[in-house]
Amino acid sequence: MEFAELIKTPRADNVVLHRPFYLAVEGTLCLTGHHLIFSSRRQDNAEELWLLHSNIDSIEKRFVGSLGTIVIKCKDLRIIQLDIPGMEECLNIASSIEALSTLDSVTLMYPFFYRPMFEIVEDGWRSFLPDQEFELLSSVTDEWRLSCINKEFSVCPSYPPVVIVPKSIDDEALRKVAMFRHGSRFPVLSYYHKKNGMVMMRSSQPLTGTNGRRCKEDERLINATLRPGKRGYIIDTRSLNVAQQARAKGGGFEQEVHYPQWRRIHKCIERFNILQESLIKLVEACNDQSHNMDRWLSKLEASNWLTHIKEILTAACLAAQCIDREGASVLVHGTEGTDSTLQVTSLAQIILDPRCRTIRGFESLVVREWLQAGHPFQQRCAQSAYSNSKQKWEAPVFLLFLDCVWQILRQFPCSFEFNEQFLIMLFEHAYASQFGTFLGNNENERAKLKLLQKTMSLWSWVNRSEELSKFQNPLFEANSLVIWPSVAPQSLQLWEGVFLRWNRPSKFLDEAHEEMINIIKYNKELQAKVNALRRQLAEMETDDRMQENL
Amino acid sequence: LQVEQVKLLDRFSTSNKSLTGTLYLTATHLLFIDSSQRETWILHHHIAAVEKLPLTTSGCPLVIQCKNFRIVHFVVPRERDCHDIYNSLLQLSRTAKYEELYAFSYNPKQNESEQVKGWQLIDLAEEYKRMGVPNANWQLSDANRDYKICETYPRELYVPRTASKPIIVGSSKFRSKGRFPVLSYYHKNKEAAICRCSQPLSGFSARCLEDEHMLQAISKANPSNRYMYVMDTRPKLNAMANRAAGKGYENEDNYSNIRFQFVGIENIHVMRSSLQKLLEVSGTKGLSVNDFLSGLENSGWLRHIKAVLDAAVFLVKAIAVESASVLVHCSDGWDRTSQVCSLGALLLDSYYRTIKGFMVLIEKDWISFGHKFSDRCCQLDGDPKEISPVFTQFLESVWNLTEQFPQAFEYNEAFLLQIHEHVHSCQFGNFLGNCQKEREELKLKEKTYSLWPFLLNEQKKYQNPLYNPDFSPELTLLEPNTVSFNFKFWRNMYHQFDRSMHPRQSVFNLIMNMSEQNKQLEEDIKELEAKIRQRNGQSDAVLVKEHQQSAHPAPRALKTSPCFKKEQPLIPVPDAVRTIEGSNTADNRYSEFVAELSKAEPAVVSLEYGVARMTC
Repeated sequence: MEFAELIKTPRADNVVLHRPFYLAVEGTLCLTGHHLIFSSRRQDNAEELWLLHSNIDSIEKRFVGSLGTIVIKCKDLRIIQLDIPGMEECLNIASSIEALSTLDSVTLMYPFFYRPMFEIVEDGWRSFLPDQEFELLSSVTDEWRLSCINKEFSVCPSYPPVVIVPKSIDDEALRKVAMFRHGSRFPVLSYYHKKNGMVMMRSSQPLTGTNGRRCKEDERLINATLRPGKRGYIIDTRSLNVAQQARAKGGGFEQEVHYPQWRRIHKCIERFNILQESLIKLVEACNDQSHNMDRWLSKLEASNWLTHIKEILTAACLAAQCIDREGASVLVHGTEGTDSTLQVTSLAQIILDPRCRTIRGFESLVVREWLQAGHPFQQRCAQSAYSNSKQKWEAPVFLLFLDCVWQILRQFPCSFEFNEQFLIMLFEHAYASQFGTFLGNNENERAKLKLLQKTMSLWSWVNRSEELSKFQNPLFEANSLVIWPSVAPQSLQLWEGVFLRWNRPSKFLDEAHEEMINIIKYNKELQAKVNALRRQLAEMETDDRMQENL
Repeated sequence: LQVEQVKLLDRFSTSNKSLTGTLYLTATHLLFIDSSQRETWILHHHIAAVEKLPLTTSGCPLVIQCKNFRIVHFVVPRERDCHDIYNSLLQLSRTAKYEELYAFSYNPKQNESEQVKGWQLIDLAEEYKRMGVPNANWQLSDANRDYKICETYPRELYVPRTASKPIIVGSSKFRSKGRFPVLSYYHKNKEAAICRCSQPLSGFSARCLEDEHMLQAISKANPSNRYMYVMDTRPKLNAMANRAAGKGYENEDNYSNIRFQFVGIENIHVMRSSLQKLLEVSGTKGLSVNDFLSGLENSGWLRHIKAVLDAAVFLVKAIAVESASVLVHCSDGWDRTSQVCSLGALLLDSYYRTIKGFMVLIEKDWISFGHKFSDRCCQLDGDPKEISPVFTQFLESVWNLTEQFPQAFEYNEAFLLQIHEHVHSCQFGNFLGNCQKEREELKLKEKTYSLWPFLLNEQKKYQNPLYNPDFSPELTLLEPNTVSFNFKFWRNMYHQFDRSMHPRQSVFNLIMNMSEQNKQLEEDIKELEAKIRQRNGQSDAVLVKEHQQSAHPAPRALKTSPCFKKEQPLIPVPDAVRTIEGSNTADNRYSEFVAELSKAEPAVVSLEYGVARMTC
């Protein structure tokens, strides 16, 4: 298919761009296969707006006389408006945008066409390989092994080719366990807590069904992670009720009789369309400036967004608490083990492991616990808050995770190497990107798409010093402790950097932030200078003494 | 009185986690010292309510609610002790006479001249001069010199030059409590004024020519705009109801050149119950997000804060955009009027955003114009219906502004909290009594101390490190965004003492320490440079070169370098900055969620843990 077929009017002049808190600008609008480009023709202050078609969530068009207006709502929650003279041009442009922003085929997406304009220092596709991760692990324990059982994605389509499992369990047993778990997602190692050797594993639900099927190998596998005489905790991210209902569909949960060394705790983390609706309601509430106080608060409440944040954080804290304080190993799962499970396991690691609070470590966490673990990004992030289509697969699972990280970052502002911008950047790229990192739903699909050969990795771009400097937290001071966030409603806040980003002028806040950074920079300069002077003085003193001795 | 083995319960714990210690009652304070020697001091004047709960197996629970929103929950082992403490606290926290308040016994070891100087720190005559009055249009009136016209106004009042004494007297008779229109703030550039008064005694049809003249005089005193706004800060319905009692509001037909406007701020009773509801919600154990948000909504608290700020924005627009003068009133003109006038001035004039300026603003619009601090803050045992958080709302509105304009204010949140603390502490004389006349009669300036010099003395604590005095220089005007989502729950006020709810690392304190440290480092550099110069006695050119060479030393290597052994530690590391307070799971109560879930399964081990303080 040629993009040219979809673009009937590639260019329109005298278009007026409206954005909140900016003056309207007149300029030229161009459509390319992947971008909508607006450039103002003003000589003094030429301005260009590049918008990826894949970032467009929905468009609306309306006409007053022959003047058409297109309202474009983006996945990053921004809303812009274009006034286009000429009814035909406007209709053409609108239908082109609609077609280009809803391409069916992944291989037509921009990452397959993008040619980087920067020098690649480090290939991000090779930055976080499972072998490296395992090497780190084997330096502290030899109870685990790397299994290549899923090499051709033959056992579990949503798992990566290699996974870490208990050494005492062979591949034959794993195959049997895979049959007993939803989507074949047998329990694998998610995190090893160096401090006390406790582990966090994740999986999908066991397929116990109504007649209470059991699987000896499954029991053996998870018991293999327990120290003699010790208990473990199974954190089921569903309520007991939901888990019981799952039995009717062949799913279920671990029965006490078959897993006597494990205590099951049910948490209630919502899924799928409930989350998507929550996002839609929240964004709707944030975008309406006319709400009076009561309406704003009741809309914020009705969105349930902060309730979800609290539930997810609480479950993660609980998992972390079991591991660090209770000295117990933990298995986390929900139904498929690709959504709420990953929220819990990844957040627990941020709480427990200082490495995950560095930029590199966080990237590695996203790769391990989200991309390789098979969170279906393409399905979940196909549409954002403005979508009209109510498909079952879309859900802001990853955005909720990022929001939770932001909440912890806010409570421990000096314990993270990255800043809020880094999280916002990941949010944007998960929904629309020039990079291939978040394409596909699992490693299997990514391999089929040959992303590694055909597209650029986000990490190749981010991990260059020019970019990194934007995402570094100037307040960072490595903190080796476990950080326990408060989950009281009074402590949780709306993530303004994402949800109010386009809804209020941020000049004063930005300037204040800049000033803060200046104070920190100045402090470092002064310290360096004082150190230099002290050294100089000390050298002079020793010189004097040496001369005296002579 | 001293009681041992008293338990202090965690306010939000559902599993009765507690600290054991000894409780003491002194003449002025309640003191609790726990087993790890941590002290909790509570001033008797801060106690808003004491409540004895039904006896439990572990003892007799006693809940103390403070005016600074601290809530402590003690369990006293013996009922008799509890009863004694309860009775003593009731007596100690309810004072019948001003002379028994802490301020009259508080002795900060100042001599008499320091005391006098302290009281002279804020000089309102000086402040009016700074605004530019008296001038061709405005003059100081001696009409109230002996409090003969209005008891609740200060002696010195500024009025339009054309307002003669008979006009003033006539107008004051037509205004509730004699509070006739006077100048609150004069905007030099716009030549426009903020004036304040109480409601007119207009009933359904009464008129007063002098009052009409008075308003005309105000509008004529503004050469830039003959029209003036009259802002009735009450909801229209309330104002109309007042007409039945012979009070009411201005009839636009009777006054020339006025534009009349209601702005709908609720009365003190609505505000009191709103705060009560807010505190009930925020004090709930195991609160869910939705209960919190709906409780916040039902309390109406943020709606009221927004209404106050919206009113101030309206006032400021009239002055800044139309150069029109504004007359503000409510019923008696000492609550909502004070809020709106002072916030308006704060938005218009950057002086009030400095530490000293804010003190002046409070002295002027709140203390001198007779906001009834004593009644509103319940300093003496009195009518509970007079209590209202009007001043707290003012502080909260200011806090909201500091959040929107982080660089526009010289002071920080701690300053606002400290003022709030002392409005209720009765430790200093400033806020005692209901009006200036009363304060003079109490001889506060001789018998008590002024708060302001003490705050100025420790102003380092109250400085905003991000403050930029040249913030938006061409217009000192602040134009806040009052869209609802900008108003947040003020956690640091209402949960000031609930440490587990706050961020464990404070960016603000860190930056504050850093900017403090920067000043010290600048000094150090000067000193070191002087020493080097002295040692060198050589040309400066060499020195500069050496500086450049050692621009980036490796501090770690330096420590081990032998020539450094005698050196002092390189840089004093601010330890406080690195402390992570109360960072433990028990504080956060995740485990309580387990407890709830495991009820059906009693075998589940408890995940409760003792307090393990962790600092890095």
